[in-house]
Amino acid sequence: MMSRAQSSLRRFMQTCAHWPDFVSLRLVEQQSRTLAVTRNVIEPPSLRNECGVMVCVHVDGQQAFAATSDITLPGLQQALERAQQTAKALRGNGLVQHPIANNQGIRAHYRSPELDLPLPDTADWLALLMETSRQVPNDPRLVHWSARLRVVQEQQLYLDNQGAEILRSQQQLFPEIGVNAFDGQHSQRRTYQVAQQGSANIVTHTGFLDEARRVADQALQLLLAPNTPQGQRDVLLMPDQMILQIHESIGHPLELDRILGDERNYAGTSFVTPDMFGHYRYGSDLLNVSFDPNVTGELVSYSHDDEGLHAEKQLLIRQGILQRPMGGALSQARSALPGVANSRACNWNRAPIDRMANLNIEPGDQSMSQLIGSIEHGILMATNRSWSIDDARNKFQFGCEWGQLIKNGELGAVVKNPNYRGISSQFWRKLSAVGDASTNAIMGTPNCGKGEPNQAVTVGHASPACVFSHLDVFGGQA
Amino acid sequence: MSNCRFASAFKTLEHWLKYQLHAQEHFTLWYAAEDSQFVRFNQGKVRQAYPVLQIELTVRLILGERHASARINLSGEFEQDTAQLGQTLTQLRGILDVLPADPYLLLNTELWTSERQVPGRVPELQQVIDSICGLSQGLDMVGIYAAGTLYRGFANSWGARGWHECANALFDWSLFDASGEAVKSTYGSADWDAQVLSDLFEKAREQLHHLSTPRISLKPGQYRAYLAPAALDEVLSMLSYDAFSAKAFANRQSALQQLHLGQQQLSPLVNLREQPSSGFEPGFGHDGAPRQDVDLIRAGQLVGQLVNSRSQAEYSLQANGADQQEMPHTLVMAPGELATADVLRELGTGLYISNLWYLNYSDVGSARLTGMTRFATFWVENGQIIAPIETMRFDDSVYDMLGTHLLALTREQALCIDSGTYERRGLDSHVLPGALLEHLTLTL
Ligand SMILES: [Zn+2]
Repeated sequence: MMSRAQSSLRRFMQTCAHWPDFVSLRLVEQQSRTLAVTRNVIEPPSLRNECGVMVCVHVDGQQAFAATSDITLPGLQQALERAQQTAKALRGNGLVQHPIANNQGIRAHYRSPELDLPLPDTADWLALLMETSRQVPNDPRLVHWSARLRVVQEQQLYLDNQGAEILRSQQQLFPEIGVNAFDGQHSQRRTYQVAQQGSANIVTHTGFLDEARRVADQALQLLLAPNTPQGQRDVLLMPDQMILQIHESIGHPLELDRILGDERNYAGTSFVTPDMFGHYRYGSDLLNVSFDPNVTGELVSYSHDDEGLHAEKQLLIRQGILQRPMGGALSQARSALPGVANSRACNWNRAPIDRMANLNIEPGDQSMSQLIGSIEHGILMATNRSWSIDDARNKFQFGCEWGQLIKNGELGAVVKNPNYRGISSQFWRKLSAVGDASTNAIMGTPNCGKGEPNQAVTVGHASPACVFSHLDVFGGQA
Repeated sequence: MSNCRFASAFKTLEHWLKYQLHAQEHFTLWYAAEDSQFVRFNQGKVRQAYPVLQIELTVRLILGERHASARINLSGEFEQDTAQLGQTLTQLRGILDVLPADPYLLLNTELWTSERQVPGRVPELQQVIDSICGLSQGLDMVGIYAAGTLYRGFANSWGARGWHECANALFDWSLFDASGEAVKSTYGSADWDAQVLSDLFEKAREQLHHLSTPRISLKPGQYRAYLAPAALDEVLSMLSYDAFSAKAFANRQSALQQLHLGQQQLSPLVNLREQPSSGFEPGFGHDGAPRQDVDLIRAGQLVGQLVNSRSQAEYSLQANGADQQEMPHTLVMAPGELATADVLRELGTGLYISNLWYLNYSDVGSARLTGMTRFATFWVENGQIIAPIETMRFDDSVYDMLGTHLLALTREQALCIDSGTYERRGLDSHVLPGALLEHLTLTL
């Protein structure tokens, strides 16, 4: 079914069909609702119905854009003229000559899995969240908790005057639970989050109610637990910490626009340089990292990026050796390096730049019990809670919600405030075991920030549990 | 009332909406619009440029003690926008039908009006591009220019109205040395002056010379350190997320919990105030409460928190104009006695830190922060700048940095304008001094 905005976009593109210059239009229509129950009280629901168009033109090799929430035909015409004026204002001051995409004849319609299944209505969702909230036991130390859900439905239509027509219909769900425990002196917080594309099954099949009980129980366990001891240990990172580790110390440093210096004033640069591709040892032989837009249900699976480049799976790191960066068509042309289809914008009001999409670690061959069994003096860490890394994406420090010591191949005592620090360029070489598919989890994050002007995008990450040897581990203050 | 097209469109919609209400229904409206120009630079040239015309309206529908809200984009065209607003109203009514009463709803039905227009002179795009690219000749400049007028409006069905209009241009940029070291600068003004920009470029160009000396690599340990206002701003921005929020204190989630419980204190030199009366933000918030100046820390003691109407109802506190997130937007930190001109001499031997980057908590319960040095951080010996240092990680508690280890604050304060543009251009700003610390702990 075509929305009114989509029909008007098509009509407008017909008027640009025979222009000598390249013109593309990207319409984003996003409906989302956020529902929450906090301590068994329903919070006021909030909806968003966003809609706008980004126009892109090329004039004499100069590319410029114009964004507008005025999607009437005169509004689109005005945006087109503003984009042309902007391109002309560059007059020899443009950084790059923009290659014209070859999007001739592209027709595609990407749809999230199970898009046809009807979603529960607001009353049903609220009933589920209330039931989830009520799973948190009555314990005076449990001072705060909430169960939340955000459902995002987005239709993006990309048209250009080469005839490309790419429709993307995505449905993303973000259920989460958080519990705070407090003993009169100190507090601990434990959370559970999912971020995937698909239907209500994402929430109902994950055992949301059980997770609320688990999270509450673990928050209380952490309250009683000692601090994580300081020293060198082997570390078993669970998928809900691995995704952050991949994101910060593989994803960002491999973004080609960072390597090309575009982000030096804000998000930063990269310790990776163009000459490293093809031979640099990023990690141990066990490290295989993919850009994979085809994983069913992963948060950012799609058929084409926001400039019409066809998306396919690529290994960025193969057996520890760096293969290619993440850069879209423009960055590939600027750098003469291979890339991936990752030119993405956060919404209609921002122009696409190089972003992560789905960035995954390929599973290995170790079961969870083998991973634990291989560790003599170690610690398991789960669920990211703190992250900090330098602007070249090298020196990092990450903290988790949950820690459990491992001694002689056995999982032992719970410890609180587990942190570790390291240096990206050395860290991945310490990867000593990679979990098999049974340890793998498909996850994601809704808020990766980057770009000037700023853009926060969703990113998908899938990872097995992994072991790293001899990391610097430490806890909090008593 | 302003007669710009955004103000009159907002007024027309408000008027239209009043006649759509059913019996007992009420609404609040929050309007945010901008007609902005963004130009992004790399290597002294334009990397990406575009205008953004963006109108957002958040409507909250209230029926008795039930309420829900929706944010929509508007076109500015009456027929189109009322059709959309009408659909949104129907959607919200459907939600109210299934909601129970909200025990924490507290409505502000006071009648007030507020209007502020800060006129500005934003230069022509062509002129900006030509002058910035001209000044960048021979320099490796990277940065962002964002300019135009920002509009904020509030109205509710009880008759309260607010309008805020503010034109400005902000240029945030870095000059890079071949070594990878950089000097960061910001120029923001409602009245753009090409000469001021040129002078700032010249100053940054001079500072760049200091950075060509080879970097010194430091070992982890404790170092005497000076945090310039932009570096201290990062610490306060981190705390701003939820450390001053009434809800976060009640939920035991605030990083300043121990200060709240009286188990820790900050240095008596620290005085901190949320002071919307002096910032760029409108004098009213999203739910229609006039913003108030709030003392947060006085002589190192926590004396206030940011309370919105929901927290007032839930925790029996007095609301003080905070928005839903209970975040400060215009923090002012009182100055100290140290003349900025004497900073190097007083520092003696240690670190001169211009900027910090990517802060987060390593132990939120004890307000322990970690983060990186970034942009122009120097090793100083006997009051003389020796060389830039390699990027280092610090890890220290706020109770040390702004507590036991705080030696002095500078007499001069700096205005740090938030150049953030997530979703829309922001209006936040901080005014704060620099801080001399007895030591800062570097860990990696
Ligand atoms: Zn990110």
